[in-house]
Amino acid sequence: MKPEEPATTGADLLVKALIDEDVEVVFGYPGGAVLPIYDSLFKQNRLRHILVRHEQAAVHAAEGYARSTGKVGVVLVTSGPGATNAVTGLTDALMDSIPIICLTGQVPTHLIGNDAFQEADTTGITRPCTKHNYLVKAVGNLARTVHEAFYVARSGRPGPVVIDLPKDVLMNKHDYVAPPKVAAEHKSYRPQTKPDLRKIEQAVEMIAGAKRPVFYVGGGVINSGPKASKLLAQFVRMTGYPITNTLMGLGAFPASDKQFLGMLGMHGTYEANLAMHGCDVMINIGARFDDRITGNLTKFSPGSKKIHIDIDPSSINKSVRVDLAIIGDATLALEEMIKVWKARQPKVDLKALKAWWAEIETWRARNCLAYKTGGETIKPQFALERLYHHIKNTDHYITTEVGQHQMWAAQFLKFEQPNRWMTSGGLGTMGYGFPAAMGVQIAHPDALVIDVAGEASILMNIQELSTVAQYNLPVKIFILNNHYMGMVRQWQELLHGGRYSESYSESLPDFVKLADAFGAVGLRCHEPDKLDGVIEEMIKTKRPVVVDVLVDEAENCFPMIPSGAAHNEMLLGPDDKAGKVSEEGMVLV
Amino acid sequence: MNAPAEIQSHTISVLVANEPGILARVVGLFSGRGYNIESLTVAETDAKESLSRITIVTKGTPMIIEQIKAQLDRLVPVHRVRDLTVEGPHIERELALVKVKGVGEKRVEALRLADVFRAKVIDAKTDSFVFEVTGTTGKVQTFIGLMESLGVVDVGRTGIVAMSRGGEPL
Ligand SMILES: Cc1cc2nc3c(=O)[nH]c(=O)nc-3n(C[C@H](O)[C@H](O)[C@H](O)COP(=O)(O)OP(=O)(O)OC[C@H]3O[C@@H](n4cnc5c(N)ncnc54)[C@H](O)[C@@H]3O)c2cc1C
Ligand SMILES: Cc1ncc(C[n+]2csc(CCOP(=O)(O)OP(=O)(O)O)c2C)c(N)n1
Ligand SMILES: [Mg+2]
Repeated sequence: MKPEEPATTGADLLVKALIDEDVEVVFGYPGGAVLPIYDSLFKQNRLRHILVRHEQAAVHAAEGYARSTGKVGVVLVTSGPGATNAVTGLTDALMDSIPIICLTGQVPTHLIGNDAFQEADTTGITRPCTKHNYLVKAVGNLARTVHEAFYVARSGRPGPVVIDLPKDVLMNKHDYVAPPKVAAEHKSYRPQTKPDLRKIEQAVEMIAGAKRPVFYVGGGVINSGPKASKLLAQFVRMTGYPITNTLMGLGAFPASDKQFLGMLGMHGTYEANLAMHGCDVMINIGARFDDRITGNLTKFSPGSKKIHIDIDPSSINKSVRVDLAIIGDATLALEEMIKVWKARQPKVDLKALKAWWAEIETWRARNCLAYKTGGETIKPQFALERLYHHIKNTDHYITTEVGQHQMWAAQFLKFEQPNRWMTSGGLGTMGYGFPAAMGVQIAHPDALVIDVAGEASILMNIQELSTVAQYNLPVKIFILNNHYMGMVRQWQELLHGGRYSESYSESLPDFVKLADAFGAVGLRCHEPDKLDGVIEEMIKTKRPVVVDVLVDEAENCFPMIPSGAAHNEMLLGPDDKAGKVSEEGMVLV
Repeated sequence: MNAPAEIQSHTISVLVANEPGILARVVGLFSGRGYNIESLTVAETDAKESLSRITIVTKGTPMIIEQIKAQLDRLVPVHRVRDLTVEGPHIERELALVKVKGVGEKRVEALRLADVFRAKVIDAKTDSFVFEVTGTTGKVQTFIGLMESLGVVDVGRTGIVAMSRGGEPL
């Protein structure tokens, strides 16, 4: 008698491995090389497949799903064009540390390298835009590789991982290998999560001794899980110190708290940026000194001692030298700092702290987000204030596209909890917000999910209206339509003599009719006093809605730190002229 | 704080899983991030564990060198990264094959020089030699330089392999 035939094909093994990794949803698009996987999906009902209309959108949807749940987002695309279409999404996920598994089809192993039909060197192309990638050459390695890929994607600093799957590997048969019971002991990849306790003590000492402290907190705290945000709030309140969040960190600390200074950086608040500039101790937790934050490096917070807590050693001393570096997971580091703080009951210099807060309050009193109200036209800031008024007591999630509207959303919407705000920070991908919102809505079917969009960005993945129609995902697209690539126009106004080269949004579609054509609901608003009614109707409608809000075309986003300038060289409004932009700054982006 | 920092040369040993694409990952990291590669060698050194050792000589400011090491260490198949330049005394060696074509007095002089540099003749024809020379990069370069006038027609070099002094493994 023959020994027992392994009964399972590679494709079936793959589906089983995904289920064992707690996957519930896959965002994908079929094609020849992945037909065996689609066949396996057809024969089961544990995994849900969401059919997008473009592979880039599949990755953004998985990002939205991942960022709003803390789970790994999963993508399935075919070989060649399917894989290359996913590249923008993968790069986006890499820059913003989002855990993604992207399964790509590949031509059969014996054809690799032959310029076969729909062949692309997917591992070659995606090597620089993934945390890691795999080409599975034998079905015997398939299940194990999938489990390892999930471990790599979610551990340490999260990121996207590609698994390239030749078609013969999907059709060959093998026994299943279950995921390792204990968290995988990878041979070479073992990120350090536990912080060095001596350094934690040093940090507490530095923090307690500060006279003008500021917490500078980023996306790493969100990556670390909701517990990190709880601990952060606890620790920050214990100290009584001011805190600012990066764009990626919004929601890590409650925006309504008195200690919160708002976002910092290029379009951050006056008070946050001046606090960063003038502080004597900076406590960076899970932020990466991005150039949108530091501005001119030589002038960045010149007088401060800097503490940096980060899980990725390559984030340390990359652009800014710090005085104390602590490698580890934000949750564990915060836990330890709270413990040490409680045990030591350090005496903070309350007099100095009071003076520091008094100074900060004078900055706050500048009310840097104030804008001239619009009369007959809707100011984009006003639209967002009204939007926030209507959603603040609902269970809501916000995504954005990229541009001025994104920055205004960061400034005018308030985030009280982590995982409620998804935006493309590092790559700045126009077209991110709508598919990301779909992914969020899949994960949170009853929540209110809104993509704050620009009229230019939304056209980059508008085809997904078909997806939301198919699954009746009640995603709301709130377009701040200024008829310009506003962020581009703003730079041209400030830096290029007002020569608006190619930044006018010509020949826009009628967004109301467009929504209608796709089976969604379209609304339009151009009068400030009608806006509340339109927003209410949008929220009330339990279907996908596109709202075309016609806003002031000339409005610019302030405050703004022009490229190459320092935190204390901020432009606060249209009357501040950009004489401050140096030649050096002109070459920066 | 950000005073112009001096450029230093560092020799870095990297122990990696010997798997397809690993060299592309390392080289891609250097080109993608604009780091320098002065020399790079790679070969399997532990067949049982399927490990390869990559030796890289690179140049940069102290901050860049620190980044290079952190970036290398973050690659999933990288087991260990060691900066031999900062970790104490170490030895560096390079091997070169040098083909010299010539007759008469030049040929005799080439042999004489080879002797001084303890280079071996590993191929000989009536009008040519191939020498094998080993040593520090400086010695190899000097040898090739001296041979230049005697009719060098071809040079092949391995790049640097390096190891710490003393009994400790990588
Ligand atoms: C048009 C535009 C304008 C922008 N303007 C601004 C601006 O004004 N202000 C602003 O802040 N941003 C702005 N950005 C975003 C900016 O480009 C960066 O994406 C952002 O500042 C980076 O945020 P972060 O430092 O929190 O890092 P992230 O990209 O969120 O990185 C997270 C860091 O935390 C670490 N980490 C990950 N997991 C953990 C863990 N478990 N424990 C500890 N550490 C961990 C990572 O290693 C990494 O170093 C803008 C973007 C666009 C597109
Ligand atoms: C894919 C992509 N292409 C180009 C850019 C450069 N870019 C940044 S913002 C912007 C304009 C966005 O216009 P819109 O969506 O209307 O938003 P607004 O700034 O007007 O609010 C452009 C072109 C980008 N970020 N992403
Ligand atoms: Mg616009």
